Amino acid sequence: MTIETANPELTASSAPIIEIVGMHKWYGEFHVLKEINLTVSRGERIVICGPSGSGKSTMIRCINRLEEHQRGQIIVDGIELNDDLKRIDKIRREVGMVFQHFNLFPHLTVLENCCLAPIWVRKMPRKQAEEIAMEYLERVRIPEQAKKYPGQLSGGQQQRVAIARSLCMSPSIMLFDEPTSALDPEMIKEVLDTMISLAESGMTMLVVTHEMGFAKTVANRVIFMDGGQIIEENDPETFFTNPEHERTQLFLSQIM
Amino acid sequence: MITKNGSLPDQPPPTNSIGVIGWLRRNLFASVLNTLLTFLALYIIYLGIVPAVNWVFVNSDWVGDSRDACSSGGACWVFIAARINLFMYGFYPEEGYWRINLAFAILVLLLVLLNIRQVPRRGWIAAFTLIGYPIIAFYLFYGGAFGLTVVDTHNWGGLSLTLILSGVGIVASLPIGVVLALGRNSQMPIVKAASIVFIEFWRGVPLITVLFMSSVMLPLFLPEGTSFDKLLRAMIGIVLFESAYMAEVVRGGLAAIPRGQYEAAKALGLNYWKSMTLIILPQALKLVIPGIVNTFIALFKDTTLVLIIGLFDLLTTIEAGFKHVSWLGFAVEGYVFAALIYWIFCFSMSRYSQNLERKLHTGHAR
Repeated sequence: MTIETANPELTASSAPIIEIVGMHKWYGEFHVLKEINLTVSRGERIVICGPSGSGKSTMIRCINRLEEHQRGQIIVDGIELNDDLKRIDKIRREVGMVFQHFNLFPHLTVLENCCLAPIWVRKMPRKQAEEIAMEYLERVRIPEQAKKYPGQLSGGQQQRVAIARSLCMSPSIMLFDEPTSALDPEMIKEVLDTMISLAESGMTMLVVTHEMGFAKTVANRVIFMDGGQIIEENDPETFFTNPEHERTQLFLSQIM
Repeated sequence: MITKNGSLPDQPPPTNSIGVIGWLRRNLFASVLNTLLTFLALYIIYLGIVPAVNWVFVNSDWVGDSRDACSSGGACWVFIAARINLFMYGFYPEEGYWRINLAFAILVLLLVLLNIRQVPRRGWIAAFTLIGYPIIAFYLFYGGAFGLTVVDTHNWGGLSLTLILSGVGIVASLPIGVVLALGRNSQMPIVKAASIVFIEFWRGVPLITVLFMSSVMLPLFLPEGTSFDKLLRAMIGIVLFESAYMAEVVRGGLAAIPRGQYEAAKALGLNYWKSMTLIILPQALKLVIPGIVNTFIALFKDTTLVLIIGLFDLLTTIEAGFKHVSWLGFAVEGYVFAALIYWIFCFSMSRYSQNLERKLHTGHAR
């Protein structure tokens, strides 16, 4: 089923940067994603929520091909994803991703974590890469930790490093896969603040999260998924005050 | 416990539970049975240690040049001293000993440089040790260039042969093992199948069979007139055999790396080889340092098996030494000496690996 975008003037404002058309995915026999249609325009901030197992993480992981889809089209920045490794690499350079468990490289210092991809993927000279890395580490407010190893940092600090690491590749899209779910409550705020300032800079963001406060203040659009389908898609105000779908109402009543 | 005036101040520990006496009390004399067992153990140690010390040091002979010097009844180290050149260099011509000494001196120098943090450009030294040094060492050992006379490999022997065999085995089996481990984890069916077949074949065959095949059977299959060096064949056999073991050790390390590491590397746009060499392998190899060194130590000792194809490694030269008419009957001294040498090398490797683990630890909990 397709659902009309609730906020047409927003999407119409510029060309889409991500287009997902009739996308399906199976894990063996299990049909995880069913007929996903989603258009994201440049600068949009989309929050995806839904019960666990609803396919929300899988969906955003399809966008940078950490998961492959079996039917339909995914077009990122004008490039359609398929088995072609060159295209995949090209897209991954443009799409940053932040994971639930940070996935920093524990054998490298914070600075080396940030410089690695610019040096080896973008072929940037080391000195320039380090300067850019320090800039982003300052932006996430932990430049003083640059020489430390990830294992010596708190969860919130690690996640901010992970955000800086992605930004060092100067991506045009950022994907967040439950970025605060593995954090202690007092660390969630520092990560969300970082994400809010990123949103203010105009980054295109797709965020899978249960932080409804973040969705209310930052998102242009909230997507609710259940059973591998997009059930509802709306601007945050309508989504939270007047959800159309019964399942959305049930979900919201349980988490709010 | 709550008392009227708040909790009581801490008491100092009783004197008999701290320090050496406390330790003795807790661990050696905790009960009557415990005390009896302690004395029994001390007595057994005494029974073993005293004759051993007497044999090795007190009643032993150290000076002399023939078996006539051995009259004290203890160990006769004169035998070792008299045949030390055989044990170290095998049948290498005496005027060429400096070549072996120089080759090992260079190696020791390189290894020392590599382990001093302050030395600049250690990456280049490491590359030289792995690529340049073997060429230099080959010409020093074998000769045939730079005015050095050729010394055929059947003259090589003793500890130097043991070190050559295990050095080549160690340096070659690790990279081959890494490639095989990656192959076994590969998505490509042919690569995967080939790696599995290779690993399972070489792991399923005893090393002694591999060496025997390389020396006796292989020449039968080769066209007549082609011969290639027996030592080279043994080396290839050892390298292939150890690579299979190494592959499985490395695969264990790869399996221990969380999937998130692969995903983060992919998401940053690193391709397969870059994510392996920059992200996955450094972590995986660090995790399996104990397993790798274990395999190295086993390899070092396995090189003694080359005796069945007629190569004279350290152990074989020692056996040859005490089977010689003039030194018949000094087998115990020979074996003790061999054991000491093997132990020194294996123990050093083990300590080095622990040191390396500590140095590479970056404070992350797993």
